[in-house]
Amino acid sequence: MSFFHRHRGLTPYLLLGPGIAWLAVFFVVPLGFLAYQSLQSGNFDIGYAFTWSWGNYWHAIRDYHAQFVRSLEYAGLATVLALVISYPVAYWIAFRGGRWKNLLLLFIVAPFFVTYLIRTLAWETILSDNGFVVNTLQSLHVLGPSGRLLATSAAVVTGITYNFLPFMALPLYVSLEQIDGSLIEAAEDLYASKLQAFLRVTLPLSLPGVVAGTLLTFIPAAGDFINAQLLGAPENHMIGNVIQSKFLELTDYPAAASMSFILMGGILVAVAIYARIVGTEQLTGTAA
Amino acid sequence: MSSIAVPNARERNVLAGALAFVRRHVLTVYSLLFFAYLLLPIAVVMVFSFNHPTGKFNYTWQGFTWDNWRYWDGVPGIRSAIFLSLEIGLVASLIATALGTMIALALVRYGFRGRATTNILIFLPLSTPEIVLGASLLTLFLNLSFVTFGFWTILIAHIMFCISFAVVTVKARLVGFDRHLEEAAMDLGANEWTTFRKVTLPLTAPAILAALLLCFAISIDDFVVTYFNSGSEVTFPLFVWGAARIGAPPQVNVIGTAIFIVAVTAMLFNVLYQRRREVRA
Repeated sequence: MSFFHRHRGLTPYLLLGPGIAWLAVFFVVPLGFLAYQSLQSGNFDIGYAFTWSWGNYWHAIRDYHAQFVRSLEYAGLATVLALVISYPVAYWIAFRGGRWKNLLLLFIVAPFFVTYLIRTLAWETILSDNGFVVNTLQSLHVLGPSGRLLATSAAVVTGITYNFLPFMALPLYVSLEQIDGSLIEAAEDLYASKLQAFLRVTLPLSLPGVVAGTLLTFIPAAGDFINAQLLGAPENHMIGNVIQSKFLELTDYPAAASMSFILMGGILVAVAIYARIVGTEQLTGTAA
Repeated sequence: MSSIAVPNARERNVLAGALAFVRRHVLTVYSLLFFAYLLLPIAVVMVFSFNHPTGKFNYTWQGFTWDNWRYWDGVPGIRSAIFLSLEIGLVASLIATALGTMIALALVRYGFRGRATTNILIFLPLSTPEIVLGASLLTLFLNLSFVTFGFWTILIAHIMFCISFAVVTVKARLVGFDRHLEEAAMDLGANEWTTFRKVTLPLTAPAILAALLLCFAISIDDFVVTYFNSGSEVTFPLFVWGAARIGAPPQVNVIGTAIFIVAVTAMLFNVLYQRRREVRA
């Protein structure tokens, strides 16, 4: 103990040491290796050599821009859908949940205790060609007699939306739950209509939850390949599918590594644009 | 011309009443529909765990049977996959929670150089797509010729992505923690270590337990990072992935249902326990 007393300044570093070392060695250093690999040339049989081959990046964009754009599109669409679907429910639980709040939250999280892959396979069953959803839509003539849902972009977006829903719903709930109800009452006392009170008070105050939920949904969704693999056709494949097959099936490591960095860059740009939009909105919100 | 029915006063009242009812309860109705949507796939998983498929695909309902539950490990490889997942989940969550709790203590309790960097380092793995985490770790291991893929590479990966979750969970509890309790203990003559053991640890125990459970759940469910770093070892999600390519057997649904029931029962107990405590307090 006297050691700790004499070296009190050391304690935080001793506490941090093991965990930070783990993250440094198995998270930061690997990213360095990935960057190094992305600039190599060669192939699996003759080996790879570091040659500053920036061409990997250029080739990745030239050959796979469709998959990159599709990943951002699907992820963006799924994020918006998840937001629209779960906001009313988060609102309902936060303001009307009463003593059932925790139980209702449990219901939101519960589906996610069924393994990710099994959940996605369940959607494969639900959307399958002779399943009841397709049959119903066919009898309503929404879908042609040979129309299908599986192996379409709609199926992939459905799967992504469902699989990342709690990442959206929970932050929304947390920010809505913290809102002081008397602020809304005050707005209504000052003759704001229910809609005005919502738009001017509740919505701006829940914006931190919207931002957190959007990021938590969009980032993993953009890198996903499981939904596209199980629910989509090859023409619905996302960049995750390409990276996965280049790494694990084609052993084209430099190409796969450069695509990983382009994906990260794409996400970063999308998030930066989003932050700007939301940031200015928040500014005008407080000004108004 | 007069084919448009003009509602009489009574009908109009009923109509207005129905409309008012829907307007008043629209949010409730919508929320119930939402929960139905959320639980639909789970119901499908459960129902199809009792299916008796004739071909290799478990997509259409063929008939009821208990056999899949009775012979839950009747598919080659499923048993060892489940045990590997449990083993890795257990070890990874213990180590990650220990490391994460220490980091959380340092971040909340001490001012030190490099705090901001540490916070960023904790945040980054959470905001990196899984495929990049998996791919970069794979590249590291490929470049280290002495590494063989298998149990240890999976374990290292799982600890890596669990640490940040553990830090965030424990930190949330420590921030709202009354430091006067510790000061009181010290004033009464307890040294730092005793104070930690007798005051800090018991008060943070719920958060540490929550972190453990969260890490275990994330580890046991992980597919992407494991897929990149598993070599020829097969965890349960990897087993499902392999099986899905040739048609997943109903036993997969049995295990999925079982995990679901265990997890939800545990959480239900937790919710009810908390409510009883609140009622008493």
